[in-house]
Amino acid sequence: MNNGTVDARHLLCPLPVIRTQDAIAALCPGDSVRVLCTDPGAIHDIPAWCRIHGHEVCDISKHDYEIVITVRVGTTE
Amino acid sequence: MPDSRKAVALISGGLDSLLAARVVMDQGIHVEGINFFTGFCVEGHTHALRNRERARPKRNNALWVAEQLGIKLHIADIIEEYKNVVLNPKHGYGANLNPCLDCKIFMVNKALEWMEANGFDFIVTGEVIGQRPMSQRKDTMPVVARESGAHERLVRPLCAKNLPASLPEQEGWLERSRLHAFSGRSRKPQMALAAHYGIEDYAQPAGGCCFLTDRQYSVKLADLWNTRGKREYDLDDIMLLKVGRHLRPRANFKLIIGREEGENRFMEGYRKRFVHMIPTSHSGPLVLLDGNPDPGDIDLAARLTARFSQGRDAEQVAIQVTERNGGTRTLAVTPMPADQIPADWYL
Repeated sequence: MNNGTVDARHLLCPLPVIRTQDAIAALCPGDSVRVLCTDPGAIHDIPAWCRIHGHEVCDISKHDYEIVITVRVGTTE
Repeated sequence: MPDSRKAVALISGGLDSLLAARVVMDQGIHVEGINFFTGFCVEGHTHALRNRERARPKRNNALWVAEQLGIKLHIADIIEEYKNVVLNPKHGYGANLNPCLDCKIFMVNKALEWMEANGFDFIVTGEVIGQRPMSQRKDTMPVVARESGAHERLVRPLCAKNLPASLPEQEGWLERSRLHAFSGRSRKPQMALAAHYGIEDYAQPAGGCCFLTDRQYSVKLADLWNTRGKREYDLDDIMLLKVGRHLRPRANFKLIIGREEGENRFMEGYRKRFVHMIPTSHSGPLVLLDGNPDPGDIDLAARLTARFSQGRDAEQVAIQVTERNGGTRTLAVTPMPADQIPADWYL
């Protein structure tokens, strides 16, 4: 299992989604990636992207203005 | 021969591309969407930046459309490659700095590359003849097909009956009779088709999705090129043009003034790269000084910063100035009266 981190802080959507998409392309089913972001739009966009691509959002946490979204790679890619 | 033909649909998030993809899906075609991020896309950013936009749904419409259609959406970062489209449009600009025809050609070409790399058969767009003044005219739509290299593999399902038969129609992958013959600027046919499909919630009509079509944005971009003496930009440049009030009192610098909390917060991420100011005696905006202000410009910039603070009517406002090296000092300045700010300073 690989666990990676994507630093998408200070990027506006859809860039956090694109960075997540690119990171997941290099991972295997079951791997996880933590996405750090500050654009509140990512709370909606990354889960939406995950739903249509079959990935699982395991956790979303907020600390002040920083958002951490943890995604587990699905099997449909 | 594959059992099911596959199409890649350009998905902007608007109604036309949604419908175009849906029409093709109805004929048993496997469709996946592609969406291009140029850096100039309106989509998403206003939600993040401006509190006043909070009443609007916080969603990326392209992703939302893909989810409604039940298709995958691939979002492509084309920021670097797109620069040549913006800086050197073969077919010129529209009313502002919008290179719509070159843009469409470029995007269809990128979709063609994706199609070939992923074993898909054709490309779908939501174009309608006569819908847009530059890129969607009867005489320019063949230009898009030809110069993109897509030729007959480009299908416009909403107006296909007004065009020569595409390859998928010739080969029987698509029934021409089940495609449409929309034309002109009326949105009624699209709305009727949306109603037919039971689609009630969709983004604004096509267009309006690119800052380059915005006059004010184009003025700021032209100013950036003029004052730098060269036509170039990077992502941060074009992001910051979307944010704040821009005032240029001198050729060597301008002020970017946050208009509200959301913009101030976004600009916080950039402040270490700019001389910046913030009122400390009164609440007020974060102000970035873009360019190379001379020491003598700082007082002027501080007075302007004070003008846009809650202390605008006070005798003095304390402004903290932070240099690029992190050094700070505080100036006590008199806010510049509104009537002393020349109108042509506002970009």
